[in-house]
Amino acid sequence: MAELWTGYVWPTVMIVARILAIVLPFMLAVAYLTLAERKVIGAIQMRKGPNVVGPFGLLQPIADGLKLFFKETIIPTGANKAVFFLSPALTFILALVAWAVIPFDEGWVLANINVGVLYLFAISSLGVYGIIMAGWASNSKYAFLGGLRAAAQMVSYEVSIGFVMISVLLCVGSLNLSDIVHAQAERGWFVFWHLPMFVIFYTSCLAETNRSPFDLLEAESELVTGYNVEYSSMTFALFYLGEYGNMILVCAMTTVLFLGGWLSPIPFAPFTLIPGVIWFALKVSVLLFGFLWIRATFPRYRFDQLMRLGWKVFLPFSLVWLVLTAGVLEYADLLPK
Amino acid sequence: MIQALVFYLFAAVAVASGVMVISARNPVHAVLFLILTFFNAAGLFLLAGAEFLAMVLVVVYVGAVAVLFLFVVMLLDINYLRLREGFLQYLPTGGLIGLILLAELVLVFGGWSFAPEAPLSVGSRTPDPSVMTNTEALGRLLYTDYFYLFQVAGLVLLVAMIGTILLTLRTRAGVRKQNIAAQVARTKAQSVEIRKVPSGGGI
Repeated sequence: MAELWTGYVWPTVMIVARILAIVLPFMLAVAYLTLAERKVIGAIQMRKGPNVVGPFGLLQPIADGLKLFFKETIIPTGANKAVFFLSPALTFILALVAWAVIPFDEGWVLANINVGVLYLFAISSLGVYGIIMAGWASNSKYAFLGGLRAAAQMVSYEVSIGFVMISVLLCVGSLNLSDIVHAQAERGWFVFWHLPMFVIFYTSCLAETNRSPFDLLEAESELVTGYNVEYSSMTFALFYLGEYGNMILVCAMTTVLFLGGWLSPIPFAPFTLIPGVIWFALKVSVLLFGFLWIRATFPRYRFDQLMRLGWKVFLPFSLVWLVLTAGVLEYADLLPK
Repeated sequence: MIQALVFYLFAAVAVASGVMVISARNPVHAVLFLILTFFNAAGLFLLAGAEFLAMVLVVVYVGAVAVLFLFVVMLLDINYLRLREGFLQYLPTGGLIGLILLAELVLVFGGWSFAPEAPLSVGSRTPDPSVMTNTEALGRLLYTDYFYLFQVAGLVLLVAMIGTILLTLRTRAGVRKQNIAAQVARTKAQSVEIRKVPSGGGI
């Protein structure tokens, strides 16, 4: 009995506790990211943004959530019911499971696996399924067009994301995310080494999360809102949570790969005393602010321009940079041992 | 014990969804079941300690290949009832092909014998996973002993890619293409002309 307790029950309890310790702040962050987006865009457009519910509008996300919760779930006629309900759940679950390998601080990681980068890459490449399935299952032309656009777009940008990751990994010599941060403690942040790759990665992340200016699949002016046009109530809320969760996730990925994860930007006493998780959150917030800023600033790309940027600009450039990185590391004898 | 349970779970779901791939009425459902099969195969790889292969299976097959499958299948306008027609008519031909394949498999695996020293190497995995990660071990093999084979595999893929592009490439007359370089190279003098318009006169 005691063996069962120490062998199975107690580890399970600990894992569940850790999962909750990640998921609850994450959900809160997602909720307040939606508010931050409306506030930031409001400020950029010289409006106030939501300011009625609670002090400074701080309770707005909760009001929105409650409203969505009490709405009626509408299923379109001719919709494929199983897939229709599976896809929002899938989007949301995928946005959550990727956090298992993100290191928030030295040792603060749920699963410190050897192939963390590949795991993240796999999970982010699955994100397209939620959207493509939703588009097909809704039995609606707008949703279907949105789904098709999503498939083409996300597959295109994954390729350059992969090459960017490989260039970074060449300087690390490991696929473990904590090792990437450790390597940056030794060699300096990779944003300085791979500045063009950082720009490509950040832009590709915008495309991967379907954010403006690459939000072709939910282009309001042509597709209403694309893949989620037939969704209402909680199913819609799950899509929304998944989308914003993915934004936070890709920013966390950028932080780990390029901005030194939990490392303090100024490596001496008063700053290194601040817990790493706070630095991590700050870096993620700065990147997220960039996402919102970009949304309020740039017009939407046309679809052929989007494809051109992915295949004809980012892909060759990141490939050349990859070869260059490998060459320089080999020549200067800087390859990780 | 838990490992064995998880193994049977993955294996059972993989086989069941594999059966569903060929028996599902709706082709989109068939592709979705195919994805489920891939996932369970990745789970089995994980249980065997091959985490790199598991992740690559998900990235390549689920993340790229199956997306394109789904993309194509969704675009097909299929009459599901007509698809089922003539099942009996094609049964003999299909059955015959199946039998031939089965016979070939039996012939191949019937003559299969393990080298006497093979079972010895199964017990101890080289290199030891606690010393070297999967990724490193695979890389050391691929880029040293099997380097030429690896390059040839890449070359085959390159040829296939060029062939596909060549087959689908068609140049049509009268297509208005955007030339970004020309657009960027435009100057103010070329594109803006300032005229003095007399009031009531027009240009």
